[in-house]
Amino acid sequence: MADELINVTLHVWRQRGPNRPGGFETYHAKDITTHMSFLEMLDVVNEDLIEKGTEPIAFDYDCREGICGTCGIVVNGVAHGPQKLTTVCQLHMRQFEDGQEIWLEPWRAQGFPIVKDLIVDRSGFDRIIQAGGYISIRTGSASEANEMPIAKEVADRAMDAAACIGCGACVAACPNASASLFTAAKISHLSLMPQGQAERADRARRMVAQMDAEGFGACTNHGECEAACPKGVSLEWIARMNRELVRAMVKSETPARTRNR
Amino acid sequence: MELRSYEPTGPIEDRWEKHKEASKLVAPANRRKHNIIVVGSGLAGGAAAASLGEMGYNVKCFCYQDSPRRAHSIAAQGGINAAKNYQNDGDSVYRLFYDTVKGGDFRSRESNVYRLAELSLHIIDQAVAQGVPFAREYGGLLANRSFGGAQVSRTFYARGQTGQQLLLGAYQALSRQIEAGTVQMFPRHEMLELIVHDGRARGIVTRCLKTGKVTPHIADMVVLCTGGYSNVFYLSTNAKGCNCTATWRAHRKGAAFANPCYTQIHPTCIPQAGSYQSKLTLMSESLRNDGRVWVPRKKEDVTKRPEDIPEADRFYYLEERYPAFGNLVPRDVASRNALYVANDGLGVGPLVEGERRGVYLDFADAISRLGEQTIRERYGNLFEMYERITGDSPYQTPMRIYPATHYTMGGLWVDYNLEATIPGLFVGGEANFSDHGSNRLGASALMQGLADGYFVLPFTVGNYLGHVRTLPPLTEDHPDVQTAMQSVDTRVHKLMNAPDPKHAPEHFHRELGKIIWKECGMSRNAEGLETALEKIPKLRDQFWREVKVTGSGQDLNQTLERAGRVADFLELGELMCIDALDRKESCGGHFREEHQEKGEALRDDAHFSYVAAWEWTGNPAEPRLHKEPLTFEYVKPTKRSYK
Amino acid sequence: MQRALTLYQTTVGKKVVMALSGGIIVGFVVGHFLGNLNLYLGPEALNGYAAKLHSLPALVWGTRILLLFAFGAHIGSAYQLWRRNVSARGSRYKRRKDLATDYAARTMYWTGPILLLYLIYHLLEFTILPAHPGDVYRNVVEAFQNPWISAFYLAGNLALGLHIFHGIFSAFQSIGANHPRYNSYRRDLAIAISAVITLGNVSFPISVLAGIVTL
Repeated sequence: MADELINVTLHVWRQRGPNRPGGFETYHAKDITTHMSFLEMLDVVNEDLIEKGTEPIAFDYDCREGICGTCGIVVNGVAHGPQKLTTVCQLHMRQFEDGQEIWLEPWRAQGFPIVKDLIVDRSGFDRIIQAGGYISIRTGSASEANEMPIAKEVADRAMDAAACIGCGACVAACPNASASLFTAAKISHLSLMPQGQAERADRARRMVAQMDAEGFGACTNHGECEAACPKGVSLEWIARMNRELVRAMVKSETPARTRNR
Repeated sequence: MELRSYEPTGPIEDRWEKHKEASKLVAPANRRKHNIIVVGSGLAGGAAAASLGEMGYNVKCFCYQDSPRRAHSIAAQGGINAAKNYQNDGDSVYRLFYDTVKGGDFRSRESNVYRLAELSLHIIDQAVAQGVPFAREYGGLLANRSFGGAQVSRTFYARGQTGQQLLLGAYQALSRQIEAGTVQMFPRHEMLELIVHDGRARGIVTRCLKTGKVTPHIADMVVLCTGGYSNVFYLSTNAKGCNCTATWRAHRKGAAFANPCYTQIHPTCIPQAGSYQSKLTLMSESLRNDGRVWVPRKKEDVTKRPEDIPEADRFYYLEERYPAFGNLVPRDVASRNALYVANDGLGVGPLVEGERRGVYLDFADAISRLGEQTIRERYGNLFEMYERITGDSPYQTPMRIYPATHYTMGGLWVDYNLEATIPGLFVGGEANFSDHGSNRLGASALMQGLADGYFVLPFTVGNYLGHVRTLPPLTEDHPDVQTAMQSVDTRVHKLMNAPDPKHAPEHFHRELGKIIWKECGMSRNAEGLETALEKIPKLRDQFWREVKVTGSGQDLNQTLERAGRVADFLELGELMCIDALDRKESCGGHFREEHQEKGEALRDDAHFSYVAAWEWTGNPAEPRLHKEPLTFEYVKPTKRSYK
Repeated sequence: MQRALTLYQTTVGKKVVMALSGGIIVGFVVGHFLGNLNLYLGPEALNGYAAKLHSLPALVWGTRILLLFAFGAHIGSAYQLWRRNVSARGSRYKRRKDLATDYAARTMYWTGPILLLYLIYHLLEFTILPAHPGDVYRNVVEAFQNPWISAFYLAGNLALGLHIFHGIFSAFQSIGANHPRYNSYRRDLAIAISAVITLGNVSFPISVLAGIVTL
C-alpha cells in the first residue's frame, strides 16, 4: 500500500475542433502516485493547466467505473490502454513506469469524427441502434414475464452479447475501423432471445445497412476488436451477425422495411 | 405556496386505478399537437420519453452525455425489486409497500409507495418483453435473490449489470421512437434554465456542449428526470457529470425542494486513496454476507499489515455492538459505525488529509470455511474490480472499505401526479423526493425510475394536457423567454470572467465536498451544521470571485460546464444543511447525534412527521419552509432496532 | 437475384462473396495439388493424367469458367473492401500496437496481389506458352531446374500458404459458420490445409533441385 511516485511524459493529440488541424503537445506529469487512475492523472495535469491559464485537455468521461462507455483514449497505440478488459477510466498508474513516455490519441475513424482533442462523436452508434436495435413492445402491453420460459443457457449467452458498453474501442482498434463487433453484439443479443424473433430478419438487414452507411470499414477478421474490448465481447457474434444477415436475405419474402420518416 | 398532494382517498389498493379513471385523456389525433420536453435520458427520462413518443406526443429529449445510453442509471449493480412472488415465499404488493414505507423510516407518502409496489409487477413484464436478459433458473423461469436484508427473494437481476441492462432496454425503446420521428434527441445538451410563462413551465434554455450555442426550447410542459445530487459531496459513487443544475434552476424558478437532507450512504465502497481522488466506487453490499468487518483495537496498529495483527487485537465492532445482526446491520448503521471507529483513530489505509478512512472487510474466515473456489464464484468480479483499483488482492489481504454517498432521497417536491409546485413541471426518478422517505431500500431505485417513466408520467402528463387543452402561444421573442436566455448568457459570462481568477472549479467543489461530508454526512449535529452554514456562503463568494475558466463559451468547454454545476451545488449544499439543522430528529439516512437512544436513531413522529418543502426566496440563506403532513393509515410507525 | 445483389451491397455480403469464391479457389488448389502429386510417379503418370483431363473438355472449360468467375468475384470484392477500409480509418494513428492479429491477416492485401502475379506467370509458363506442349512432366522439371524459377515458386507458395491460412479461418467467420463448441477446430483446419498445400507445393521445385525428380 506504499505510495510510489512516478513522473511520466505525455504526448497528447490536441485539436481545437472538427476539421481543424491537430498535433501532439507534450506535457510532464510529475509526482503521480501509482494509485491514481489514468484519468485522475489527466485531471491533475488539467487543473494545473487551468491555473496556468491554458486550456485543459478535453477528454470524455462520466461514470469512471467502467460501465457507461463514455471514456476512450488510445494509449500507446492500444484502445483503453495496456490493461486487458479495462476501460481507460479503470486503468491505474501502477501499470506505468517512472519516466515512461505515453502517447494519447483519440479514437480514429471516419465514422467517429473528432469533436475536440481526445473527444470524438460516436452518434453513429446511436443511429445503428435506431435502425433496428430494439424489440418493438408498446409500453404496458407486455404479457406476464414468466409466461415464456427462456433456457438459462440462452439468457446467459444473450447477456454475454448485451454486456457491450458502446464505447467504440472495437472501432478504434480495428485496422479497418469496422463497427462490426458493436453491431453484431446487439443483433446477436436480440436474435438469441425469443422475444426478438418477430423483427429478426428486418433488424439484421437494417442495422447492417446503417453500419455501412456510417462509413465504418468491413470486418476482415483480425480479432483486434475482441482483444481491445473492455467487456470481452466475443468475435463469435460477428459470425452470428453474418449468418443472421444471410439468413434474412435468403429467407424473408419482402424487401427490408424502409425508414418511417 | 400551497402543497396539495392530490392523493386519492379510499382503500389503498384502489387508489391508482381510481385516479386513472378520474384522469383526463388526450385523444390520439390531438397528441401530436402537444410538445413535451423531457430532460434526462436515464431510466425515468428514457422510459418517459419513449412511452410519450409512442403515444403520439411530440417529444424533445435532452441529455448532457454524448448518448442517451450513458445516463448513470447504467451503474446500478444489484437488481430491481418486484412483488411477483415467483419464489412462493409470501411476497405481495402489500408486503413490498409495507417494507418500503418501513424502510423509508415513515417519511414517505403511503399512496405513492403503494402505487410503486403495484407497478413493480408491470416493470418486469415490460423489461422482459424488451429483451432484457435477466438471470434465469435452469427451468427457464426468472431467477430472484434476496437483497439488502429483505425477508423475501424479490430482486430480479442481470449479473452485476442490472442497471445497464434495464437502461439499454429503455434506450432501445427510445431509439425506436427517435427513428419513428416522435422523439427528437438532443445529446450533449445541458439544461441551464427553465422557462416559466403565465405561471406554467413552458420550456427550457439549453447550452449545446459541443458548440456552446444557447437555445430556447418551447413546449407545453417540461418533465425533469435528471437524477440526484450526491455529487454535492464531491466524492460520491455518482458519475462525474451528475449534477443538480436542472432541478436547482427549476427550484430557483419556484419549484419547492423537498427533504434535501435525506441522503443515503453506502457502507461498502472502495476508500479514498488520495486527495486527487475523483470519485468513489461502490461494491455490492452482498460482500457483507461473507466478509467480517474489523479495525485494530490499538491505535498504534493502524499502520501495521493486517495479517500481522493478532486476533485478540482485532475489533470486530459490528459483531460486538450488534450481536443479532452482526456484519449485516442496515446500511446506515454499518456506515455510521465505520465513521465512529475512524473518528476514534482506528481507521486503516493511507492517510488522506490527516485521516485514515477505511475499515477492513476480511474474507479469510470465509475462505478457510468455504474454500477459495466458492468465494471466487460468489465475488470473483468484485474482487477483480477491487484489485484493479487498489492493486491488492482480497484473497490474500483484507479489503479496505469505507462509506460513500450514492443516492439522494430528497429532490423536487411533487404531488401524486409527479407534478412540482410549478404547474406543467413534472419530475420523475431520483430527481423527485417522492417514494423512498428518508431511506431507500436496496434494489428500489431502478424500480422507482422505471415506474415513474413507463407507467406514471405517461398518464399524469396526459391528465395535465387534458386539463389545460390549448395553451396560449409562446414565441422566442416573448420577454419570459428572452429573460431566461439572458440569464444563461449572463451566467456564462460571469463564470468566465471572475474578478480575480485563481482556481479551477474543481478546487471549490472539493472544498464544498469536505464541508458537506464532515458536517452533513453520515452523522450530523447542530454545531457542525451551523459551522457549515457559515462556511458555505463564504466559499460561494470566493468561488464567484476566484473561479478560473479558460477557453471560450462558444466552444466545447468542460471547465465551463463544471463551473456552472459547482455554482449550483454551492447553493444546494447550503439548503441541505438548513434542512438538516431544521429536522431535529434522526430518521433513515438523516442521523442527528442529539437525537439518539443508546446509539440508535430516535425519530420524533410527534413533531417531524412531515415533508419539508423549501421555497426559494432569492436568498439562499433564507428559504421558506412549507410542510406536507404525512399520515399513516396502513403502516403504523414503529421503532427500528437492530440490537 | 435482387436479393443477392442487395446482400452484395453490404460489407457483410462482400465478405460472404470473398468466402465463397475463396472456397472455390481453395477447392481447385487442393485438387490441382493432388493431381500434381503424379509428378512423383514419373512422366507417364503425370502426362497421362493431363491427357485424360484434356479429353474431358466440358470439365476443363467448366472449371476454367467457374474459376474465372471466382477470381473475378474474389478480386473485385477485395478491391472494394480495400478501398472502403482505407477510407474508413481516416487519419492514421501515430502509435499503433496490435494485440491479436497475425502476420497472415495483416498481409492479405500484399499476398493477394503477389498471388495474382504468381498466377499470371504460372499460367503463361505451363498453360498458355508451354515450352513443350503436351509434355507436362518435361515442362515442370526443366523449369524447376532453373533455381530462379524455383525460388519464385517457393515465394509464391509461401504467399499462398499465408493467404489461405487466414482465408480459410476467415471464411468460416464471414459466412457465419461458427459454434462455440467447434470454433477452435476452424483454426486447426486452416492450419492443416494451408500447411499441407504449402509444403506439398514447395516439395516439387525442391525435389527437382535436389535431383530426386529428374528428366
